[in-house]
Amino acid sequence: MKTRIILFIFALFGVNAFAQQDTTKVWQRTGTGDSTDTQQDAIYNRPFITVGKSSTAVGGYLEGNTNYFVEDGITEGFSMELRRFNIFLYSTISSRIRFLSELEFEHGTKEIALETALLDFRVNNSLNIRGGIILPQLGLFNANHDSPNWEFVERPLSSTQIIPTTLSEVGFGVNGKFYLGNNIIGYDAYLINGLQSGVVLNDQGRTFLEAGKSEEMFGEDNNGMPGFNGRIGLANRKWGEVGASYYTAVYNDFRVDGTTVADKNSLHIFALDYNTSWGKLTAKGEYVYAFVEIPTELNGLYASEQHGGFIDLIYPIIERQMAGYKNAKINLSTRLEYVDLNYGTIPETGAQIRDDIYSLAVGLSFRPTPTTIFRANYRYQWQTDFLGNPAVNTAGIQVGFATYF
Amino acid sequence: MQKIVGEMTFKKISILIVIALFAVVSACETIMPDEPAPEEVLAEPIEDLTPAQLNLHLQGDGEFARIFSQAEGLGPIFVQASCESCHIGDGKGHLFTALTRFGQYEQDGVTWNSLLNQGGPQLQHRSIANYPAEAIPNGVRQATFIAPNVTGLGFLEAVTDQTILDLMNEQALAGIVSGTVNYVDAPDFFTPKAHHIPNGQGQYIGRFGRKAAAIDLVHQTTNAYKQDMGITSDFDLQDPINYAVSGLSGDNVADPEIPAGTVNAVAFYIQTLKAPPRRNTNDPQVIAGENIFKQIGCENCHKQTLTAGPSIISEINNKDFHPYTDMLLHDMGPELDDGYTEGSVATSEWRTMPLWGLGLQKDSQGGTQFLLHDGRATNYNQAIQLHGGEADFARANYRQLSQAQKDQLFKFLDSL
Ligand code: HEC
Ligand code: HEC
Repeated sequence: MKTRIILFIFALFGVNAFAQQDTTKVWQRTGTGDSTDTQQDAIYNRPFITVGKSSTAVGGYLEGNTNYFVEDGITEGFSMELRRFNIFLYSTISSRIRFLSELEFEHGTKEIALETALLDFRVNNSLNIRGGIILPQLGLFNANHDSPNWEFVERPLSSTQIIPTTLSEVGFGVNGKFYLGNNIIGYDAYLINGLQSGVVLNDQGRTFLEAGKSEEMFGEDNNGMPGFNGRIGLANRKWGEVGASYYTAVYNDFRVDGTTVADKNSLHIFALDYNTSWGKLTAKGEYVYAFVEIPTELNGLYASEQHGGFIDLIYPIIERQMAGYKNAKINLSTRLEYVDLNYGTIPETGAQIRDDIYSLAVGLSFRPTPTTIFRANYRYQWQTDFLGNPAVNTAGIQVGFATYF
Repeated sequence: MQKIVGEMTFKKISILIVIALFAVVSACETIMPDEPAPEEVLAEPIEDLTPAQLNLHLQGDGEFARIFSQAEGLGPIFVQASCESCHIGDGKGHLFTALTRFGQYEQDGVTWNSLLNQGGPQLQHRSIANYPAEAIPNGVRQATFIAPNVTGLGFLEAVTDQTILDLMNEQALAGIVSGTVNYVDAPDFFTPKAHHIPNGQGQYIGRFGRKAAAIDLVHQTTNAYKQDMGITSDFDLQDPINYAVSGLSGDNVADPEIPAGTVNAVAFYIQTLKAPPRRNTNDPQVIAGENIFKQIGCENCHKQTLTAGPSIISEINNKDFHPYTDMLLHDMGPELDDGYTEGSVATSEWRTMPLWGLGLQKDSQGGTQFLLHDGRATNYNQAIQLHGGEADFARANYRQLSQAQKDQLFKFLDSL
């Protein structure tokens, strides 16, 4: 299967190479293609290359970095990784219908995932019908996770430890926008299959939504109870955008062959996202709350509540022509983040359960163009276990690049 | 910054980046977290392991930390999902991860029944999805256990049976305390070493666990995999059973869920953990406390020095070490009698806890200190005040101490 996919990809690029003389690099945008883009448009707001006169366009991104981390004085040394190689295929099937897909290769061909494969039918600006493998709108990061858009190599904790980015779901629903003066109100609403039973009893020994992902999610729901995802966003031309999103699903296999064998356990995720700027300073981030129903036998051991978030502050210290690039930038940025992976008390003592991570990162990045980034990050992390024993301190330096192509 | 004249060339940018990187790397010492001092941590291998031994130790370390998922065989009923969740940093456990055991006496009032056909001797109060957890049968006796340190146990395992029996006889002659051993039935997979001496019924001296019910570290580890996590191994192919569901066990994972090699690697990892390190040994208060400890009779049971028998690990082989235990079980009086036991010992009898590692236990118990088998004491004073039975005389001596002397004693215990 893997090899077939790889062959297919190379075939695609082969076509692309022959058609080189008439390829054009275009920015595909939904809606008006001006400053009215919102978080909703992130998946289309990527550079694509159209091949000849075909209605299909190809794009993607590549990301690589070096790692050097020290945990409590011990290091595994220096290593390099090619983290992700993602390919997008975009096609305007007709004036109202378009198709988008994203295929991700993580760490070479170790993990291959179809992250997106969706069909959009645009009725008008305020109503677009979407179906397929979609990226739920949950927090800031999940539907806007392309590495070249971020100043940091690592994904934020709230979108790895709580929201299981990249979370793709089979589902269908609607989205759209309403324009009110300087404001745009966007909405998304989808029915989805939902995360599955690995949320608990996984190899992390804790409530871990990531482990609730499964190959089968794209084929069949584990319990025949669809979940829901939605977001409402408010974007303003001056101050940016805020959004509130929600995700819910019943995750356990409460029904076996049509017979109910257990209580339903559902999970609910609420997230706030924001992306705003004051002068040259950009601030963006999210805050996430997850509530997970845990069977009584697993109470305490598996969290029923998790929360956390991050804020990225980005400031361009140099903006000028550099190395022949007209609008090149050097950005200084910082990320503050925190996640509490088990909010609650220890039944035996009444003490607060810790199980949390704090982290501080600073970054220096060079962006010759908006779609390419060379970045160096320093990150320090304090991780405390369930009982609140002395924290494990980890710090490291990562140097890397990420670029759309 | 904005005033740099002319265009920034690639060369300039590269130079800038190289300088920045150089600055960061040369600052590494200060911006990277330090290693904690060796006397502040338990989880380290003993020195002088050969490279092959160190490699096996690390393999066992990884398995000790491994968290089992339902898909990997956890359960169907279990207590925790990894060794490390109870033995954090190889240190002592917390009330949250404590386990409960149950059983009862037969009609004759002397033969202990571990209630194997009712899910004994251990309660598994957690379970995998769509499978109920176990409940304790009505009317049986029970006790709670928190996890002990697992460091330095390779030394204790290498003490010969003869040394333990000699200590028991010495105590009987001296007449101050009267320790005993727990003879237990050996499991099928147990291979006696040269120093093991069976009794007339083919039973062997137990030395691990608070009732000394496990003969060696492979025995203890096999039981832990099964009873604490519901993990079957080549040594024990039976998952724990919830008899309230059916008399048959079963998660959907093929048994054995781990091979013998994994059990052996974990046992080797524990065998080759260093002895808990001491701190502040030159502090006059600590030295004074040590003298008090000996004077008031604590050392009768918490024996400072034992000698290991032959071992392939050079640092253990015939070496003296300082665990502060006699490896024997003592009657601790009604204070610590929970009515529960294992093997042939009385319900009031407990194995003398090694006191090494006491000073570091807060670092694995979430900043508080839980002492005694079920963690009921939260400071040294409480723990000593609960020493009854054979330890009554030492407790009486302790009560005569001035507060300053008690503080010195506590400083000494903290230095262990
Ligand atoms: C649910 C918590 C828990 C888990 C999981 C657990 N242990 Fe333990 N461990 C304990 C307790 C409690 C004791 C004391 C038992 C007793 O007194 O009989 C203990 C005792 C031990 C001892 C003997 C210590 C001594 O001084 O006598 C060893 C060795 C040990 N465990 C190793 C392991 C290994 C290896 C694993 C994983 C395969 C493991 N444990 C998993 C709680 C746990
Ligand atoms: C008769 C033998 C005996 C004597 C004498 C004795 N102890 Fe103990 N001690 C034990 C036993 C047995 C335990 C374990 C009890 C249990 O598990 O509940 C223990 C446990 C302890 C503990 C708790 C260790 C832990 O890890 O939880 C401390 C501290 C302690 N003793 C200190 C002392 C001091 C100080 C003295 C002198 C005043 C003393 N003991 C005298 C037998 C003795």
